[in-house]
Amino acid sequence: METALAIDFARIQFAFTVAFHIIFPAFTIGLASYLAVLEGLWLWTGRQVYIDVYRYWLKIFAVSFAMGVVSGIVMSYQFGTNWSVFADKVGPVLGAPMAYEVLSAFFLEAGFLGIMLFGMKRVGRTLHFAATLMVALGTFFSAFWILSVNSWMQTPAGYSINDAGQFIPVDWWQVIFNPSFPYRLAHMLLAAYLTTAFVVGGVAAFHLLRDRTNEAARLMFSMAMWMAALVAPLQIGAGDLHGLNTLEHQPTKVAAMEGHYESRRGAPLILFGVPDDEAEVLRYALEIPYLGSFILTHDWLGEVRGLKAWPRDERPPVAIVFYAFRVMVGIGLIMAAIGAWSLWSRYRGRLFEPGALHRSMVWMTPAGFVAVLAGWITTEVGRQPYTIYGLLRTADAASPVAAPAVAASLTAFVIVYCLLFGIGTYYLVVLMRQPPHPGEPGPEEGKPIRTAGITPIAAADRQAERNGSATP
Amino acid sequence: MIDALDLPLVWALLLALAVLAYVILDGFDLGVGIVYPTLAPGRERDTAMNTVAPVWDGNETWLVLGGGGLFAVFPLAYAIIMPALYMPIILMLLGLIFRGVSFEFRWRDPRHQWFWDGAFAAGSFVAAFMQGITLGALVQGIEVANRQYAGGWWDWLTPFSLTTGAALIIGYGLLGATWLVLKTEDPIKAHAERLARIAGMATLALIAVISLWTVFLDPVFMARWFAYPAILYVLPVPLFTALAAWSLFTGLARRCDAQPFLSALALFVLSFIGLGISLYPYIVPHSVTIWSAAAPDTSLLFMLVGAVILLPLILAYSAYSYWVFRGKIREGEGYH
Repeated sequence: METALAIDFARIQFAFTVAFHIIFPAFTIGLASYLAVLEGLWLWTGRQVYIDVYRYWLKIFAVSFAMGVVSGIVMSYQFGTNWSVFADKVGPVLGAPMAYEVLSAFFLEAGFLGIMLFGMKRVGRTLHFAATLMVALGTFFSAFWILSVNSWMQTPAGYSINDAGQFIPVDWWQVIFNPSFPYRLAHMLLAAYLTTAFVVGGVAAFHLLRDRTNEAARLMFSMAMWMAALVAPLQIGAGDLHGLNTLEHQPTKVAAMEGHYESRRGAPLILFGVPDDEAEVLRYALEIPYLGSFILTHDWLGEVRGLKAWPRDERPPVAIVFYAFRVMVGIGLIMAAIGAWSLWSRYRGRLFEPGALHRSMVWMTPAGFVAVLAGWITTEVGRQPYTIYGLLRTADAASPVAAPAVAASLTAFVIVYCLLFGIGTYYLVVLMRQPPHPGEPGPEEGKPIRTAGITPIAAADRQAERNGSATP
Repeated sequence: MIDALDLPLVWALLLALAVLAYVILDGFDLGVGIVYPTLAPGRERDTAMNTVAPVWDGNETWLVLGGGGLFAVFPLAYAIIMPALYMPIILMLLGLIFRGVSFEFRWRDPRHQWFWDGAFAAGSFVAAFMQGITLGALVQGIEVANRQYAGGWWDWLTPFSLTTGAALIIGYGLLGATWLVLKTEDPIKAHAERLARIAGMATLALIAVISLWTVFLDPVFMARWFAYPAILYVLPVPLFTALAAWSLFTGLARRCDAQPFLSALALFVLSFIGLGISLYPYIVPHSVTIWSAAAPDTSLLFMLVGAVILLPLILAYSAYSYWVFRGKIREGEGYH
């Protein structure tokens, strides 16, 4: 009883801290690439508006990145504090890709972030652009390695088990490029780009609704809408492939996502319903006949296995997976629709005319974060009761830490995260409510290196106040 | 050739270097947080924070390498140490969160700058104290049974670990003060010199107390340091420590910029070497050696390839970043 309680607390703690953490990388992966594109375009075309938009988002990047770093450090210790049995058993396999993440990604990001934020006048334009590229590359490497680790836990490969019960690497290529990794990587990177596109587009729409002539806002909106129009359909395709891969390797997860309790040929696609794990039925199902089989097996009469094909203690909790999956897919479809809508507006030459598209985009600003969280909940809860799918149960992976200790640390994390990241989010919203303004100072080439001002962020704010464009 | 390589030993040395890099690098920026309350609010604090703002993130990454590396290279040690030191580690992380976000937040909200200044100082203080306690708790030993931590939840809390916690606060304070001597001008520099003198004396006293206390904790430690002929090999450590102390105080007296900081670094390096002499070959003192905790050679070799290629690159661009931001920061001025 005591142990079960400790494990529940440890689960909640991991879910809570990782859910808070993933919000920031999901945003900074996309934003770092966006900043690199903006600075590259600025160097190429010399147009002031690119560097204005760059500096606008750099302030936001700095705050988000700081929150991502500190919430990430917690993650690297949590495996040991709350999941020490997991750490002992999988360390030989998963330690290496995580060490590579630190060596290839974290140092790269941290090493060049200082130059990116504070170094424009000290290193010049070209080297500064190189620093921006290195930070963007670092965010990509980080995603690469950590998704490889997560994918191995979903679809383990290339290992054997030794006498001490540890997983031992046999083939590193198979470990890193395990069966679900390419799909998960593509799906997550596209998700990060979409999340960023909708934040940028939403913020731009907000300012266009106030001032349709704001050149920086127009640029941001146009770029974001291209991303939405191109990437949202790609993401739906990537998601479909990822789903088929999951069906092959983690059929219980797909059964929970689809809400299928019964195995059958010609299964319907269930649009909505209320799963009842006790009675093993889906109540109030709204469904399209045969489409489920067609999507999952690409055959109208293909057989789809339901959850009843597995014993109860092998199944994930259905309701969470079922609903979270629908939230993610629903947002993805809305995103694709808005992307198509923007193409139509663009074709009609009305992209910058304030209207329903812009109001919708303001509402959609946080949609990417919701979809990312819903997607992760689907995939993580969907692999339960296992932490290493089919091999190590979550309940057998926890530390020998007493429930009160885990409860105390959980409480501390909840209070501190809600306080600090709540305030941080507020600061981000304040930054985003300020309109982007022209004429933020670029690097002054040929002038001696100056060490005036406080930080670029504060200096940019003062600039905004001087321009009289800061929101009162 | 690879077969002749003692991979766990190689990795133990690499990880020790990573931890040392963390201690001296984040040590000085945590130290800036520790001496922060003695600086005047506003410009003095702006200047002090600006001396570390471009580099703190890179410094803290060594902590992630320490934690991640321990997980990867010595998973058993990681699995034992983390639950054993549960509370100090969680508190350290919370402290690091507070000070990490303060770097950005204090500029975002001038009206509440006092709050983020406090968070920066308190977070640095707590992180340093908990790291010191962690060190003390490790040195005094951890109870292990059946590949798991087998002690109680308050085992880490002893007079010895509290002393090492206090020592690390003061030692980091010394690093922070001498860093400010290096990076700022009067009046901050003069103020930092006064602090460095006090922290220097306190650090030396605590190094002496903890060194002697450690030796009496365990007969093995005693034999390492005082048995003949071992004493001949280890004698340079206290001798060089005395030299570093002399260099620290003469550097402060002659108002040199860099000498006090480098001397304080030397004190840390020497204390760290001393610690290594006591603990080797244990990774969890008294119970688990580096060989019994190590991941299999296939894992160690795979990571060694990456480390050999990437660590020199990391050192190169980290050094470049320090070079870009070299020189003094004048009061009321920052980096750009």
